[in-house]
Amino acid sequence: MSRIAEVFSQLKREGRRGLIPFLTAGDPDLETTYHLLIEIARAGASVIELGVPFSDPVADGPTIQRASERALRHRFGIAEILDVVAEFRKKSETPVMLFSYFNPLLQFGIEHLGREASVAGVDGVLVTDLVPEEAVEFSQKMKTHDLDMIFLVAPTSTDARLHMVAERSSGFIYAVSRAGVTGARTEISSEAEHLVSRVRRFSPLPVAVGFGISNAQQVAEVWRYADAAVVGSALVSEIEKLSGSPDLVQHVGEFVRHLFPHEADEM
Amino acid sequence: MPDTITQPDERGHWGRYGGRFVPETLMAPLEELTDAYNEARDDESFQKEFSSLLLNYSGRPTPLFYASRLTEHARGARIYLKREDLSHTGSHKINNALGQVLLARRMGKSRVIAETGAGQHGVATATVCALFGLKCVVYMGTEDMRRQQLNVFRMQLLGAEVREVDNGSRTLKDAINEALRDWVTNVSDTYYLLGSALGPHPYPLMVRNFQSVIGRETRAQVLEREGRLPDCLIACVGGGSNSIGLFYPFLSDATVRMIGVEAGGRGKELGQHAARFLQSGGGKPGVLQGTMSYVLQDEHGQIASTHSISAGLDYPSIGPEHAFLHDLRRVEYVSASDEEALASFQTLSQLEGIIPALESAHAVAHALKVAREMSSSQILIINLSGRGDKDVNTVQESLESD
Repeated sequence: MSRIAEVFSQLKREGRRGLIPFLTAGDPDLETTYHLLIEIARAGASVIELGVPFSDPVADGPTIQRASERALRHRFGIAEILDVVAEFRKKSETPVMLFSYFNPLLQFGIEHLGREASVAGVDGVLVTDLVPEEAVEFSQKMKTHDLDMIFLVAPTSTDARLHMVAERSSGFIYAVSRAGVTGARTEISSEAEHLVSRVRRFSPLPVAVGFGISNAQQVAEVWRYADAAVVGSALVSEIEKLSGSPDLVQHVGEFVRHLFPHEADEM
Repeated sequence: MPDTITQPDERGHWGRYGGRFVPETLMAPLEELTDAYNEARDDESFQKEFSSLLLNYSGRPTPLFYASRLTEHARGARIYLKREDLSHTGSHKINNALGQVLLARRMGKSRVIAETGAGQHGVATATVCALFGLKCVVYMGTEDMRRQQLNVFRMQLLGAEVREVDNGSRTLKDAINEALRDWVTNVSDTYYLLGSALGPHPYPLMVRNFQSVIGRETRAQVLEREGRLPDCLIACVGGGSNSIGLFYPFLSDATVRMIGVEAGGRGKELGQHAARFLQSGGGKPGVLQGTMSYVLQDEHGQIASTHSISAGLDYPSIGPEHAFLHDLRRVEYVSASDEEALASFQTLSQLEGIIPALESAHAVAHALKVAREMSSSQILIINLSGRGDKDVNTVQESLESD
C-alpha cells in the first residue's frame, strides 16, 4: 500500500478527515521550503502538495502565479526540488505529492522523473494540464515506480469523464470545488458537494476537495462530505506576507494548525 | 482536398503533436465545442452562412495580385501577392473570427472572449461581436497595447472591452493565459474565440479549416491566371494561421514548395527571437497552452521570453500542425530578422504602393531572397496576411532610432 493510501486508510479507521496543504517549491527559496515541509508535517498535514513552479500557470489565480514568479527567480529545476524532498523524507513519513504543469516534467524526462521522484520519497504526482487521455504513457511510468497518479475532476466533468478518472487514479481523487482558477474564496461552492457524491458513484478512492478553501470553517464544511480538504492559496498568501521574516516557518505551522476545525473551536 | 497526411486523429493529434493539455474543467467544454464544430462543418446551412459573410461582409475573394515591380526588383520568379490585407478589418483574421462567431451563436453563448497580440485578431473578434450583438472581452499584453495603440482604440470603438495583461512578457502568450483563466472561470456562458491555429483540439483544426479559404482561392486564381500551380508559397508564421490557411489546400501537390517565415528578431540567442524551429535557438517539443508543439524554453522547461518587432509573431510556440509538417519536411521553416522585415516593409510600400503588416513583411523579406534564385518562368506567391497601418508608428520609431 502506498504511503498516501495508508494515510487515508488510517484516517478512515479513526473516523477522521484529512488536511492537504499546498506550497510552491522554492517560495521564497528551497531551503525555506525544506523547513516549511517539516513544520507543515509537524502541524498535522495528512499529505503535502508541493507545487513545481511554472512560467505559465494557466490554472492558477494571482496568488500562486506570484509564488511561481518568486520561486523561478532562483532558476532551479526538478532535480533540486527532489533533493529537498529527499532531505525531508529523512525526517518525516508524511506523504508528499508533486503538483505540476506538464512541461517541466516532460523536459526532465518522464522515465527519469518516475525513478528519481520515487528514490527521493515522493508519493504521488498530479499534473494540472495532463488529463487521463493524454496521460497514458506518463501514468504507466509513474506506476512502475510506485507513485500514485492523482487526477482532477471538476463540476463540468461528465459522467463518462468521472468514470475514466476513477479507473486511472490511485491514492485519491482531487475534486475541484468550482469552475475557475486557484484562489481563496469567502464561500465554498455548493457544486463541490454534488461533485463529490457523483465521484463516489464511480470510485471507492478517497476524495479531496480543493480550490478556494482558506480557513477552519471551510475545512469543516468540506469535511462533512469529503475525505480531505486542500488549502493552497491561503497558505501561499501567508508565505508571501511573511517572506523574509524569521518567524515565517513557525507562523506557517501555526496557520496550518488553525486550519483544523477542532483547533478553531477551542480559540 | 488533401486528406491523407494532414488530418489529425479524433483527439487532435498530428503525430506526437497537438492534443488537449488543459485543466480538467475545460475538457467537457472542449468536447462540446468539438461536437458543435463537427456538426456545423457538415451542415450546409452553416457553410452557406459562412460563405455568404465572407463574400458580402468581408469582401472575399481577395485578389491575387501580380507584383510586377517587386518581380523586376528581385529579377527571378514571377511574384504574386495574395491580398489578405484587403479583407475587412485589414487581415486574414476575419475569416476565422466569422467562422467561430457563427459557432458561438449556434452554441448559444452570449459572451465572447479573445486574446490578441498585434491586435488584428482582437479587432476581427470585436468586429464580428458587433455584427451579432455579442458581449466581447479582449485580453492584450500591455507591451502589445503600447505598440499597437491604434488597434486598442479600434476594438474599443467596436464596443469591446480590452483588458490589459500586465504579467509575464506582457505579450500574446500572457494574453492567452488570461483568456484561458477567464474561460475556465466563466465556461458556461462564454465562448473562447482563439485566434490562431494553436491551443487544445479542436482549435488548431478548426482555425485551419476556416482559414483554408485563403489557399483554396489562391489555387483557383493561380490556375486561372497561369494555367498551372505555383512553384513556391511563402507566408509568415506566428501561431501559424495565415500560413496553414494558404498551405493546406496545396499540401498534396508535391511540386509546390512551401516556406514558413518565423520572426528572427535581433539575434539567435534564446529570448532574442521567436523562431521555434531555429537550430540551437532553444525550440524543442513541449507543451504550452493546451497543445504539444515546438516551444522556446530553457533547460528546466520554463517558457522563454521572445522578441520580435512584430507583435503578431512574438510567441514562443507554434501551431501543432506546423510542428508535424516541419518534422515531415513538407514545409521549410526559416526566419527573417527585425531589420530584414523593416527593410521589406519599405520596399513593398515603395515598389507596389502596398504597406504590409510587419508580420507579412517577414514573408516578403524571405521571398525576395528565394525569388532571386528562381527563374522568370517560375511562380512564387506571398501571403500578404495583413496591412501595415497599425505598424506605422513602430516603423517610424525604429527608423528614427537608427
